[in-house]
Amino acid sequence: MAELTAVVGIGQTKYVSKRLDKSMPGLIREAAERALEDAGCTWNDIDAVIMGKAPDMFEGVMMPELFLNDAIGGAYKPMLRVHTAGSVGGSTGIVAASMVQSGIHERVLCVAYEKQSESNATWALSISLPFSLASVAGAGGYFAPLVRGYIRRSGAPEDTGIRVAVKDRQNALRNPLAHLQLKDISFEMVANSPMLWDPIRYLETCPSSDGACAMVMENEALAGKRSNKVAWIHATEMKSEPTMFSGRDQVMPQAILDNSKSLYKKAGITKPREEIDCAEIYVPFSWFEPMWMEGMRITDINQGWKMTYEGATALDGDFPVNMSGGVLSSNPIGASGLIRFAEAARQVRGIAGDHQVDGAKKALGHAYGGGSQYFSTWIVSSDKP
Amino acid sequence: MSEDPIEVFLQPIQLDYDYTAGVSASRFLRAIEQGKLLGQRCPVDGRVYFPSRGSCPQHAVPFADDGAVELPDRGTIVTYSIVRVPSENIPLELPYITVQVLLDGADTVLMHVLDGDLDTVRMGLRVEAVWKPKEEWTTSLANILYFRPLDEPDADYDSYKEHI
Ligand SMILES: [Zn+2]
Repeated sequence: MAELTAVVGIGQTKYVSKRLDKSMPGLIREAAERALEDAGCTWNDIDAVIMGKAPDMFEGVMMPELFLNDAIGGAYKPMLRVHTAGSVGGSTGIVAASMVQSGIHERVLCVAYEKQSESNATWALSISLPFSLASVAGAGGYFAPLVRGYIRRSGAPEDTGIRVAVKDRQNALRNPLAHLQLKDISFEMVANSPMLWDPIRYLETCPSSDGACAMVMENEALAGKRSNKVAWIHATEMKSEPTMFSGRDQVMPQAILDNSKSLYKKAGITKPREEIDCAEIYVPFSWFEPMWMEGMRITDINQGWKMTYEGATALDGDFPVNMSGGVLSSNPIGASGLIRFAEAARQVRGIAGDHQVDGAKKALGHAYGGGSQYFSTWIVSSDKP
Repeated sequence: MSEDPIEVFLQPIQLDYDYTAGVSASRFLRAIEQGKLLGQRCPVDGRVYFPSRGSCPQHAVPFADDGAVELPDRGTIVTYSIVRVPSENIPLELPYITVQVLLDGADTVLMHVLDGDLDTVRMGLRVEAVWKPKEEWTTSLANILYFRPLDEPDADYDSYKEHI
């Protein structure tokens, strides 16, 4: 990449189930203003705006980037909208970074959001296609059979998912922005919660959240002059594959294996588990933590559940995952990927508050979407490459 | 500034589509209207796609017209879920069992539902299709009401594991 790029400002809203005091433009403006404030910038300092959100069917507002343009300071500036289903937040961060890396712009703003209180995601994802039988109920209905496939092939103990859910919800108690704050969370509480899409229980799923996340990114000439810590982007990667083809590994798609391989090569990482200090991974259903630990090559295939079991992914483990509480604790869908990227950046800037990993210097952000077919990832560090 | 919340109201919308199925899907739909299940063979690796389609998503080649393969209405459950969550789009009574069925001779799975006890469903279970009465058949996979268990030994895991 030509221009070294850094995250210099981060803004998030508090994630809640219904943000009734703000409209969609108000919600994203709140996140954007906080990112500008963190970066010490004004709207005039921004060269271009990149916006991301998940399928328009969720809120039923088609092409929302048109009416949101002025709310995020896009008037008379280059403005792009990104969409890659659930991974869109990650892709939005990557597109924004590429605008600076390419030398086209010096400083850009990216924003991603979802207002689930104005939407019905399960309805929008339970599509009645012509000439077929509608039987897949929402994202859970799609992913539950794949989780079953993972359990079968890995031999993972049935309570692995429960352990992930307890850990992420405990982490959320340390993050004031997290939506779900379950103070008395316990193994029994998750285990006894209703089975929704067998083998996925209610407390192993993500909530429906309203929220937005924003970041300001700069080139080296600008970011290098700053006295506070910035998050240098060492590498970004996106890979995709078709939803369906014969022999497709739906549990461990080739696209994530290719993505992680290429990401680490770009970042000069040869031993990811040792060289990366912590990760924010897209885990909308608890079992995807062990699955994506394998996909991101942090551990070997079929061994991911052991990391959960051994406590490696806990806040005090050797490879902390989803310190913020993750998607399991806050899920404004379109923003969720960008939150992963932003939380990775907060860690290496040392500003993650009570969920800070001590001395984190290098962090991984990850998002996925569609039928496990879009993957967006990045590596950020407190040091220049 | 007013402290009153911004109001939210529900406004249902309806979208009607004109849909052009195309040559390959039309062939599949005309066949299922007659109770026949048509797959299509990839000319590169010989794998059978069901439902039949116009081209291979993996090899990016068109499927030849003579590659159509008629498949039996029985197969193996590759993976499944028991669903206890309602969705307005899905007219099934809760709980119901969603299954991915690998039809005998096919190399892709079909998502459908299983009629059976919740504790009998398992990976490898052999199943057959139960069809609607012939006079109700249309150009839809919903001509198959559901699958039901066959009285056969389970399929060997190795025979279907690559389709999960
Ligand atoms: Zn092919």
